[in-house]
Amino acid sequence: MKKGTSLLKFLTRIEGLPVAAVLAVLYGVLIIVAPRVFTGFRIYMSFLQTVPPVLVCALGLTLVITAGEIDLSFPAIVALSGFIFAWVFKKFDAPWAPWAGFILALACGALVGYINGLLVAKIGVPSIMATLAAQFFWYGATILLANGLQLNIKDVTTSIVHTIFVGRINIGQVPVPMQAIWALGLAIFLWFILNRHKFGEEIMFIGDNANVARVMGIDVVATRIKLFTVMGVIAAFAGLLLTLEINVFFPTQGSGFLLPTMAAVFIGGTSIAGGLGSITGTFFGAYIIGSLEAGVVATTISGYWVQLIEGIVMGASVVLNIIIEEGHIATTFNRIRHWVRPDQPNTKYEGN
Amino acid sequence: MAESPVERNALRMVNIEKYFGLVCALRKINLEVGSNEIVGLIGDNGAGKSTMVKILTGVFPPTSGEIYIAGNKVDLRNYNVKRAHEHGVETVYQDKSLGEKQVLWRNFFIGREITLPFGFLNVKKEKEIANEIMVNTIGFRGKGITVDSKVSKLSGGERQGVAIGRAMHFEAELIILDEPTVALSLKEVAKVLNFVHKIKEAGKACIYISHAMADVYEISDRFVIMDRGEIVADMAKKEISLKALDEFLLEYSHGMKDKVEL
Repeated sequence: MKKGTSLLKFLTRIEGLPVAAVLAVLYGVLIIVAPRVFTGFRIYMSFLQTVPPVLVCALGLTLVITAGEIDLSFPAIVALSGFIFAWVFKKFDAPWAPWAGFILALACGALVGYINGLLVAKIGVPSIMATLAAQFFWYGATILLANGLQLNIKDVTTSIVHTIFVGRINIGQVPVPMQAIWALGLAIFLWFILNRHKFGEEIMFIGDNANVARVMGIDVVATRIKLFTVMGVIAAFAGLLLTLEINVFFPTQGSGFLLPTMAAVFIGGTSIAGGLGSITGTFFGAYIIGSLEAGVVATTISGYWVQLIEGIVMGASVVLNIIIEEGHIATTFNRIRHWVRPDQPNTKYEGN
Repeated sequence: MAESPVERNALRMVNIEKYFGLVCALRKINLEVGSNEIVGLIGDNGAGKSTMVKILTGVFPPTSGEIYIAGNKVDLRNYNVKRAHEHGVETVYQDKSLGEKQVLWRNFFIGREITLPFGFLNVKKEKEIANEIMVNTIGFRGKGITVDSKVSKLSGGERQGVAIGRAMHFEAELIILDEPTVALSLKEVAKVLNFVHKIKEAGKACIYISHAMADVYEISDRFVIMDRGEIVADMAKKEISLKALDEFLLEYSHGMKDKVEL
């Protein structure tokens, strides 16, 4: 038994493992219930195509929540950046237009994020209020600028920007969507930023206790502004992936992103209290969220079940995360053993 | 202080005053701390102790006056927490010295990371040094606490030990302990006092702020008593017994004592 618990302890050290396990179980169940759909590669390719925009937002939001803040404005940035790209692309019929649109869209994301950061860090508006207002404002601005109309950019498919960011790359025989590769790359990059970079460490300490961060010489205001700016750029990137993939900008794009994105972050084990965040967890969390709906529909259960099952999976993931969190697993194990065989002494778990 | 030919103070505050609007929080503070001296700073709530600490640590500037740290004049207009660290002023707070959910090695180097190019952390080096501090400076041995442990697993006394060890590692000239034993059990208080002794052994200076008279008396070389923004008494340990000090303070808090001439 001793050996068993130490193996379990070792496993819990691997970041994001419980969430990955939930994802594996989910796919396992789906393969059994809907083998025709889930044994071919096409359903997985479609996940790799649809999940990245939400995943990218969720990666950024993980940093924000780790810092003890929240950003509700990213869906509006997804719309705004899509509009800016599509508008520039249509307006200037030149080979540089897609690049200009791309860079301008990212810059606008940075600007929106920077303004959020100023409101939160300089003026002291609670981030939930500041970014909620920003969400309304920038959606409103986007609808006004676009006159409420969608922009069709079918020609973009021939541009090199399209190929680079949402084209298909053959890995073996399988055409993998490029956006999935970009999202994976961003996840790896942000993992290093959060866990191995000064900026990430500052984010964790600010989220843990801003007073401690301050007395240890961290510029809390500047770091918060930087954080919201980064979030703005990341959300704009997500908007670009979405617009490029579907070849069209529509004014309400991104409006359904808020809840799935937050769910992905929390399923992944990032603490709402701040101070701790898991990029790996968010990565798998986003795929859990993104696979659920299509998965449930594919099982031919009535569509009415979708939300209920989503709720169960989310709840189960979060509970699993809390139980498996460092130190809790052995106590939980002991307790279960005690329930099963109450005659045995309930050995006290000793922290390492 | 025979080891240095030029007598060098760790800290000299000259005529420090602090006003918040029209309210005078500190009036004509003149304080010296010798280079290997532990000064117990005593005073009731609102006496101005924490205002003084905040000025020393660069949280806000004084309205007027001068500060010298290890003989160097401090540029008070450009003074902040980072500068205070550069001057060698380290502070251990009652409760805000460490990030609770973070591992120990991060806590040792937060704000002063050892970095590789592009701001990435040199985790290996940071862990090595953190381990070195824990074993040699603070003396955490065989307690199941490693550099990868989270602060939340440490007892209150151990946390203060980590903060003190960190201060000593960064070559502090002056370590300020701001009520480090509040809310600790007696056993934990003993641990903290043990760490304070190590500051003395390491040849550093220390200002120890506390309400617990017995602790202050045991470890201090000198006592400075503040009341309503002023230093009202300054005496060496040999001049006064714990009982006399206690009575003095009691009388003071009842307003029975007039200002003692320094």
